[in-house]
Amino acid sequence: MNGKSFLVDLTRCTACRGCQVACKQWKKLPAEKTTNWGSYQNPKDLSAKTIRLVRFNEAEVDGKLSWLFFPEQCRHCVEAPCATVPTNPKAILHDPDTGAVVYTELTAKEDGEAIRMACPYDIPRVDPETKVVNKCDMCIDRVKAGKLPACVQACPTGTMNFGDREDMLKLAEERLAEAKKKFPEAMLVDPEETRVIYLASAPPANYYEYLEADASGAVPGTLSRKQLLAKLGAPIRSMRS
Amino acid sequence: MKVNRRSFLKLTAATAVSSAFCGLGFAPEAQAADRIAMLEPKWSKQTTSICCYCAVGCGLIVNTDLKTKRAINVEGDPDHPINEGATCAKGASIWQLAENDERPKRPLYRAPYSSEWKEVSWEWALGEIAKRVKKTRDASFTEKNAKGQTVNRTNGLASVGSAAIDNEECWTYQAMLRALGLVYVEHQARICHSSTVAALAESFGRGAMTNHWNDIANSDCILVMGSNAAENHPISFKWVTKAMEKGAKLISVDPRFTRTSSKADLYCQIRAGSDIAVLGGLIKYILDNDLIQKDYVISHTNAAFIVGDKFTFKDGLFSGYQKNPLDADYVGAYDKAQWAFEKDADGVPKRDETLKHPRCVYNLLKKHYERYTVDKVVSVSGIDKDGLLEFYKLYSATGKPDKAGTIMYAMGWTQHTVGVQYIRTMAMVQLLLGNIGVAGGGVNALRGESNVQGSTDHCLLWHILPGYLATPNAGLKTYREYVDAKTKPHLAGAKDPKSAAWWQNYPKYMASFLKAMYPEASADEAYTWLPKTEDGKTYTWLQLFEAMSKKEFTGFFAWGMNPACGGANAGKNRKAMTNLDWMVNVNIFDNETGSFWRGPGMDPKKIKTEVFFLPCAVSIEKEGSITNSGRWMQWRYKGPVPRGESKTDGHILTELFDSIKALYVKEGGAFPEPIKNLSVDKWKAHGEFNAHEVAKLINGYFLKDVTIKDKTYKKGSLVPSFAMLQDDGSTCSGNWLYCNSYTDAGNMAARRDATQTPEQAKIGLFSNWSWCWPVNRRIIYNRASCDNTGRPYAPQKPVVAWNGEKWIGDVPDGGWAPGTKYAFIMLPNGHGHIFGPGRQDGPFPEHYEPMETPFNAHEFSGQLNNPTALRFAHEALAVADPKYPYVAMTYRVTEHWQTGLMTRHTPWLLECMPQMFVEMSEELAKEKGIQNGEKVMVESIRGSVWAVAIVTKRMHPLKVMGKTIYQIGMPWCFGWQMPHDGSGGDSANLLTPSVGDPNTGIPETKVFVANVRKM
Repeated sequence: MNGKSFLVDLTRCTACRGCQVACKQWKKLPAEKTTNWGSYQNPKDLSAKTIRLVRFNEAEVDGKLSWLFFPEQCRHCVEAPCATVPTNPKAILHDPDTGAVVYTELTAKEDGEAIRMACPYDIPRVDPETKVVNKCDMCIDRVKAGKLPACVQACPTGTMNFGDREDMLKLAEERLAEAKKKFPEAMLVDPEETRVIYLASAPPANYYEYLEADASGAVPGTLSRKQLLAKLGAPIRSMRS
Repeated sequence: MKVNRRSFLKLTAATAVSSAFCGLGFAPEAQAADRIAMLEPKWSKQTTSICCYCAVGCGLIVNTDLKTKRAINVEGDPDHPINEGATCAKGASIWQLAENDERPKRPLYRAPYSSEWKEVSWEWALGEIAKRVKKTRDASFTEKNAKGQTVNRTNGLASVGSAAIDNEECWTYQAMLRALGLVYVEHQARICHSSTVAALAESFGRGAMTNHWNDIANSDCILVMGSNAAENHPISFKWVTKAMEKGAKLISVDPRFTRTSSKADLYCQIRAGSDIAVLGGLIKYILDNDLIQKDYVISHTNAAFIVGDKFTFKDGLFSGYQKNPLDADYVGAYDKAQWAFEKDADGVPKRDETLKHPRCVYNLLKKHYERYTVDKVVSVSGIDKDGLLEFYKLYSATGKPDKAGTIMYAMGWTQHTVGVQYIRTMAMVQLLLGNIGVAGGGVNALRGESNVQGSTDHCLLWHILPGYLATPNAGLKTYREYVDAKTKPHLAGAKDPKSAAWWQNYPKYMASFLKAMYPEASADEAYTWLPKTEDGKTYTWLQLFEAMSKKEFTGFFAWGMNPACGGANAGKNRKAMTNLDWMVNVNIFDNETGSFWRGPGMDPKKIKTEVFFLPCAVSIEKEGSITNSGRWMQWRYKGPVPRGESKTDGHILTELFDSIKALYVKEGGAFPEPIKNLSVDKWKAHGEFNAHEVAKLINGYFLKDVTIKDKTYKKGSLVPSFAMLQDDGSTCSGNWLYCNSYTDAGNMAARRDATQTPEQAKIGLFSNWSWCWPVNRRIIYNRASCDNTGRPYAPQKPVVAWNGEKWIGDVPDGGWAPGTKYAFIMLPNGHGHIFGPGRQDGPFPEHYEPMETPFNAHEFSGQLNNPTALRFAHEALAVADPKYPYVAMTYRVTEHWQTGLMTRHTPWLLECMPQMFVEMSEELAKEKGIQNGEKVMVESIRGSVWAVAIVTKRMHPLKVMGKTIYQIGMPWCFGWQMPHDGSGGDSANLLTPSVGDPNTGIPETKVFVANVRKM
């Protein structure tokens, strides 16, 4: 047993946003007032009320158009940088059974922005009123009761998958091999570091700057992970801290 | 240790192996345990339901708090074979639809000239409505028309709605309307898939989606054209994805690159309105390259039939054309007798199975489409030539006997003045390739409302009675004349002993229907009680609103419908409503129709119309059945109680009818017999509406002991199947198509048994889950999946197969031994119609321009538009008008449904899609100086609407007939009433024209011309 993981197969996502709304339904998170900003994507960004968001991006490569959809959520990092920020260890919990990284209301007493800044994927958001920091908790209540996370259950196409980490890693490799036939650039995003492993059909930066940790813009195949790590000292576009 | 993004990867790389968890030794489940605990039976009741939005028919699990009787959680049902627990954005939001403070708790009343709603009691509202119904009916009731024919109809009342109510409610609503004498009976089906029914019934014999959702997984090539299934039928993509996993190709042909296109192997952009050219070219490609499935074409289609020598086609017109005077609603009409087949002495069509006869259908087809060259198709549609050829190649490869191609289409095809012919073209392609009746094939009309298939089957439509029985017209004076006229062509077809000509059973179905309506009356008497239409006159949606504009009727029901946003030329509809004396609006929320008097440009002080708003229950608050696109009739259970004082539609209409009936009993009035004798008492249990009682009446029961083939059925027992219905008044059945759905074995629609035989499992038939019409046959015309010896063309995925004694697999479409009866049993001659002589605009589809187009000529003929289209000559249309240079279209989005009435009131969905938008190419935006996200004005000759510009790479200008054509597209899900601050914008239907198809009157809301300008 090595905890739980998600495989998010972006080659299959149709952006039906079932996951985005199912998340709000289960958690009874309120809707935000939004406006159309020239995109299907709304809300425009994550917030304490929207902890799961399908991002839309149009990318044209060699004259071929892709409309890329990225259901964004907390990655439940294997080693969660955010968990190192709070002074109170009960503010951010790391569930030993599942590996879920769970924020509690005690985050309100912490430096929320610092927690956000620590995230390699820019996920946590501070509730402006309560100061509680919020993000996906893996539907840990459902998972502990033997149910799938709400987003995974809602997904029609097999984009969202959830299970034991070994099984998800295995599925990830299988799906990757399949995807490469159609998308030679397909890759798994940060599979070792996170419990939410994205299978991307195109370079992650084509989806969103924070799909990949600290490495957006890197083209797989041109840099090995080792080389990439070696370069981490250099300024990187997506870095904000 | 503090970690920032920079060092994250370093850190995890170093420690990932050594420690899987940095476990802080605290189980966090306590904080959210309540939500899980609340799902336990101790705290909440669990019921199953079916989603109330599109017609995929996804299963839901509803948990209702035992104490408050309110819903606490609604999510996908993992056991349901269609969605397997999945929900799209809409399905996921249903909890918020029910538990919604915007829902009026009590009826509302708007008095003449008043500026506000007033809460009123049910008793008062229903009593007042009953008085108005009676007054208007008595004043306008017509016993005899100008010709002296008995018509017994009420001219002063009209109704629209509803595909949003259950089967049992649809049936009772049509019964009530017909008892009141209405002929203006229309609803969503008219404006969404009426052209499907006309096209598929002409081509195959039945008007419905041929296959079902799970079956899409069996396809080898999926064409999505005229629909955007990923967005509008999102869960269908579960099965599209499954097919693709097995190697199926997905082709998306659309004027705009959509969420569907994003998943396609091939995407082709076309000009809206050019699909017949593109598909006509496909027919030519198939014939030129001899890619037809020959055995299928000869055995199962009318390709070998010989057409009479009066049939001609010249410069865009078929023989027999007559132009109408300008004041007629239709531009012209054909004498269809000129398209008849050549017949032998018995009246059976002559055939040449060698396909050599110059006037056999196959050769006429070849001749008709020889003009549809690739270059011409490219020129008219603007499609990329390489893409087009790839599309033709991929799709026509499914002509191999063991391959199946399927089409998923919806409003992108149906809503055109040539909508029926769009669908006919594809039906013909599918017959040529042998793709009908097979697993993974079919013509799959994607229905868009949860029960629009059911509401169509129960015929809340002016021209048909439940089960697709024709509405009587004045010229058919008696029951006998009526049934003789309706059975005549089928009895003629039955002269060929191999033709089952199933409709020769028509009298049994009509007699049983009349008994369900009027149990005590003879068929002759009950027939006189049915309202009669004028001979030759049609009463379609657009004509209904034209009549409202001319004050031809004054009382109006808008039941579960929002025509102020949903109808073409919505501005006309809104204005017409000011002519009404009264309106009854039944809905979950207030809306643009019920509140038309306070809408934009309206002065309530000048509007007399009284409006009664009646709040109804939402789907999870009531019990009953709905029928999905794949014809599955599925039972829903009641979860929470109706919120506030809202009532189910069934209760509302029954109570209203009782009030009306009481007035007629007490006071008398015009022609009270149908009202007094209607079967309303049979709809009830314990004095109130009961879905089970109605479901049983729809199925039908024996009215006396009846012996059929040595078996005696007791009076009162449920009829096991429509084969046992009788024409002598000894059976009743509200809808013969649903006979077999509620039998002495139980409520078939409620079945939840997912087990399958190995044959069924191979193609995912799920024959024991719910029930589907006809007689639980999951894939219709399935005997066409076999040759004339009963051997499946695709042995690896058989639908049915003859084992020497009987058919195994699906319920066969006719149980006769192979080779003894033709496969298309609902058509008089038993063969699929490649040549379709029954439609108003020709036996072969032909390209015409939309009624509004940037062109005043095209390359196929000198006939610009459909020469038989429905239009009102006094309404201007923009043709090649430089003021409206862009080709415009409308569509839906995943996050909203229909006019948005329900979804705009659901905050989670409004959050996803908050405002009216218009999509346009970067090239057009640049030309007009429009920035992405900026508000712009979109104008047509009829009106204007503001929209946020979405400037996108997903649309490009096209080169069409030498001209650069820009296209723009808008959703039609917005309206002024909600959001309340007006920030959502208004309906795209303010722009669309009131022009329609000649067969069904479906409006051409999917293509028109418009202008865009900066505000």
